[in-house]
Amino acid sequence: MSSSVIGAAVSRVDGKLKVTGAACYAVDHPIENLAYGVGVPSIIANGRITCIDSSEAEKMPGVITVLHHGNADPLFRPANAFEQNSRAGESRPPFEDDTVYYYGQFVALVVANTFEQAQEAAARVKVDYAESKPLVHVGDVPAPTGSPARHYMRGDADGTFKTAPVQVDVTYTTPAETHNPMEMHGTIAVWNGDKVTLYETTQGVVNHQHVMSEMVGVPLEDVHVISPFCGSGFGGKLFPWPHSMLAAMAARRVKRPVKVSVPRTMMFTTVGHRPFTQQRVHLGATQDGKLISLQHDVLTPSSIIDDYAENCTEPTPLLYSCPNVTAQQHLVHLNIGTPTPMRGPGTTPGLFALESAMDELAIKLNLDPLEVRIRNYAETDESTNKAFSSKHLREVYQKGADRFGWSKRNPKIGSMRDGNLILGWGMASCTWPAGRSAAEVRVRLNADGTARASSATQDIGTGTYTVFAQVVSEKTGIPVNKIDVVLGDSSLPPGPMSGGSTGNASVLPAIAKAAETVVDTLMEIAVKTENSPFHNADPKTLKMAAGRIHAQDQSPESGVPFGDLLKMRRLAGIDGQAKTAPDESSRKLSSHTFGAQFCEVTWDPGIARLRVSRWLTVMDAGRIINHKTARNQILGGVVMGIGMGLFEETIYDSRNGKPLNNNFADYIVSTNADIPELDCIFVEYPDLNLNEYGARGVGEIGLTGVASALTMAVYHATGIRVRNLPIRIEQLLV
Amino acid sequence: MQAFRYSQPKSIDNAVEANGRQNSKFIAGGTTLVDLMKLNVEKPTALVDVNGLPLDRIEPSSDGGLKIGALVRNSDLAWNSNVKQRYSVLSEALLAGASPQLRNMATTGGNLLQRTRCYYFRDTNYQCNKREPGSGCAAIDGFHRIHAVLGGSEHCIATHPSDMAVAMMALEATVHLRGAQGERSVALNDFYLVPGTTPEKENVLEPGELITYVTLPPLPQGTRSHYLKLRDRASYEFALASAAIVVQVSGGKIQHARVAMGGVGTKPWRSKEAEQALQGREANEHTFRAAAEAALKPAKPLRDNAFKVELAKRAIVRALQVTTQTA
Ligand SMILES: Cc1cc2nc3c(=O)[nH]c(=O)nc-3n(C[C@H](O)[C@H](O)[C@H](O)COP(=O)(O)OP(=O)(O)OC[C@H]3O[C@@H](n4cnc5c(N)ncnc54)[C@H](O)[C@@H]3O)c2cc1C
Ligand code: SF4
Repeated sequence: MSSSVIGAAVSRVDGKLKVTGAACYAVDHPIENLAYGVGVPSIIANGRITCIDSSEAEKMPGVITVLHHGNADPLFRPANAFEQNSRAGESRPPFEDDTVYYYGQFVALVVANTFEQAQEAAARVKVDYAESKPLVHVGDVPAPTGSPARHYMRGDADGTFKTAPVQVDVTYTTPAETHNPMEMHGTIAVWNGDKVTLYETTQGVVNHQHVMSEMVGVPLEDVHVISPFCGSGFGGKLFPWPHSMLAAMAARRVKRPVKVSVPRTMMFTTVGHRPFTQQRVHLGATQDGKLISLQHDVLTPSSIIDDYAENCTEPTPLLYSCPNVTAQQHLVHLNIGTPTPMRGPGTTPGLFALESAMDELAIKLNLDPLEVRIRNYAETDESTNKAFSSKHLREVYQKGADRFGWSKRNPKIGSMRDGNLILGWGMASCTWPAGRSAAEVRVRLNADGTARASSATQDIGTGTYTVFAQVVSEKTGIPVNKIDVVLGDSSLPPGPMSGGSTGNASVLPAIAKAAETVVDTLMEIAVKTENSPFHNADPKTLKMAAGRIHAQDQSPESGVPFGDLLKMRRLAGIDGQAKTAPDESSRKLSSHTFGAQFCEVTWDPGIARLRVSRWLTVMDAGRIINHKTARNQILGGVVMGIGMGLFEETIYDSRNGKPLNNNFADYIVSTNADIPELDCIFVEYPDLNLNEYGARGVGEIGLTGVASALTMAVYHATGIRVRNLPIRIEQLLV
Repeated sequence: MQAFRYSQPKSIDNAVEANGRQNSKFIAGGTTLVDLMKLNVEKPTALVDVNGLPLDRIEPSSDGGLKIGALVRNSDLAWNSNVKQRYSVLSEALLAGASPQLRNMATTGGNLLQRTRCYYFRDTNYQCNKREPGSGCAAIDGFHRIHAVLGGSEHCIATHPSDMAVAMMALEATVHLRGAQGERSVALNDFYLVPGTTPEKENVLEPGELITYVTLPPLPQGTRSHYLKLRDRASYEFALASAAIVVQVSGGKIQHARVAMGGVGTKPWRSKEAEQALQGREANEHTFRAAAEAALKPAKPLRDNAFKVELAKRAIVRALQVTTQTA
């Protein structure tokens, strides 16, 4: 077996489709007789609809119908987690009643012959409301007093803190952020009798199928979800959102296919967001920098409808060694849409607080921030008392420090310079849980010498198509360009969601096993087919490589192309299918990806201009299956993290709950000009306890630690500690 | 967007005549207008497309200055060698604005007339005196980080977002207009109006009047100029504060100085106070800071935009340093 294709920097197999525009995204699908649904969003955040007057809209040219809570067909609540292993973005189906819970909630849907007609008519639907004062900031509601949404405790953190020789007690906040993938959400629903096909952009075709079956109220097998490409999701497309149900409901009503695209403005309201977080961290340490107490208290808002807790304390009990830890999270409910995971959920804002506090501790101790981390290195996962399956964070720190030149850091504020610019250096640890879930994959070998691999998982831009082709190629020697990968279709063998950075680790074993299964069948054919050169041979003496079956002790060239064997039996092709799931033994260990960020900012105090000038990420992510796509994920995470640190913030108007900056001119994200050359290296220790390739996920961890490395660098340059993200000019202009 | 009629006149006379009707608007690059039409903020019933008019040239003017057609694209103006060499402040301002794609579409006339980015102006569900006179101003007690600290009134505090116009202010440009009553010329500083009690009236253009040219006077020998734009991110964002400086120093003394600011005023803001504080003075830090203080003395900051006062001062000081330092 040639293994060179695993780990290589393989270009995306779907790259050409994407750069030429040939990739067909959800709302691109050419569907005949299509009608267009355009939503009417609420312009209040709290209250009731008292009247919907759609008479003017209905008279507009091309308008087919105007649907709202008063006339729509019923939709249903999704199953609870204990009933079904599925999840909707928002548990309230659209148009359930006349209540408005957040600004930008769908209150009506105009269906018309063209998009323009629907849009124009939507602007003329008159909605009257009985409005109550909206509650959109955590300060608008009383602090929660009940039991926390999450709670972790070991030892006596509070008692130890009180007597700790060195104490840090600080509060940090991170703002609400909007995912804003390039491709906006959208659905085309096509009914055929009682069956519905949904063209979607989703991070989970299988979950989408389940939720739509539940919420539209049709049997599971009557829902077909197709999502061949996804113009990124960042977590926002993990679970179905109201527009998807609306498209299905409207299409059934008007007896025509209906497309509903979510406009950019509604991307800020009705398809999830990363919620605001307020995090108080207490650290107690000895004079020589050993943590003896760690407390992390988090307050995050959810919607009125759902209990979504941004899991900021995920890394708290395990990142550092500390005998006394409490971590708890409280929820408040506000008039905003339901939050949802956004790339590196919980850990990303959580680490901003924890890692910033570690830097504040280092400053109090007059110790190098990297040294403080090493002194508190966690050899085991102290939250579960399990050994780590594979952890090389110490080496990560060392390699990063060497490559970055960390030892040259002069800790004195404003002491390092490049010409007239002041330099600031920062660093932070990264961590993200490594997991895997069940996956089922089918691999087919065709008589024409090609192969096909398929699964109901999806490629959300991360390179999953390519990884499938790589593994099949590795197992068969068939070149990547002869392997057709089919994903994003719920009728295929059920595959995992693309979320939590688990996709890769989950599908790899299943692809490998399915490929092995089909190769075994091929061996059987080779020995059982009369005119095969291996007729009656022992299959154990055979091997498949370079697309050929050959005797193990001879070269692949001596063998027979697999297609010829199939032709001998007049077979069109043969399938191998496999389902894999994490085995029990892996639960005895704690699997996490680790890493470190190192950065440099330049600070021009004369004009309060801050720029990022250097970035290095070092990752301990197990074995890297594709260096090109893995690196791409890490760098993308860093870019997003720089945006989180410096720019991104969804600003809600306290008067009506509107996200004021609900467009790409006013909600600013990093541009190329904001990003220096990014450096990224991997320490490659295969995590064989997780899967046979030893690969962990890299989709999210690149974002963790970025914001705290930045604020540390800003402090080093300016002496100003920014505890409330994003870092804004006005915070630095003193 | 409301349905509208559309015409493409080939001559200036026809264009002016076509736009004479109520509720009709010229359209050039469309990068402001179409955006606002989609938001139902602008609701013209007729569009007069001026892209066919012969106003797309940059020529030397008889007094040794420059004559810029209203349809010259922002990119073409920015990269014009004459502009780059003699009016670098203008080239820099243009290139600091928007994105390459937008600059390729945007025109000189359209840029002067671009509307504010005030969030509340762009959303018809808010009260806005500029959009609907007399309805109120949602910005004053709302979030107003991007709003003006100079030239505001209790009726409107929206900034004029143009970078190009700020540079043209410092260059003392003149706007040439053509209307049903004939031609006239207005100094750019007099072209723009502060909101006062009529924020809907942003400039002195009469209904139907067309901008035909902008002219720049020649600059004194040895003049240097610079545009410095400060904002949250490095590119593709409107200014929080910017400074356009045109200055000439000899014998260590400032002989000629023009100072304009962007991102802080309800119109592209020229500061005669700053210019007076510079005129005839020693070109040093002390003078620069005094000029900056003078420029922002009339500022009336609010809760969220107070930082702009200091930021604008620093923009002025730095731009003066850059333009006066000896190489
Ligand atoms: C995302 C985004 C970012 C931007 N960033 C910046 C920035 O950083 N800095 C900056 O300065 N600008 C920025 N802009 C604004 C941009 O510069 C303007 O949109 C552009 O200059 C307008 O020119 P236009 O030709 O497209 O105008 P149009 O949209 O065609 O017209 C604008 C207005 O001018 C009128 N008009 C046009 N030509 C004439 C004429 N000859 N006579 C009389 N009336 C006329 C129209 O009737 C209309 O009312 C940005 C715009 C966008 C969309
Ligand atoms: S600042 Fe001016 S443009 Fe903005 S809401 Fe007030 S009146 Fe309207």
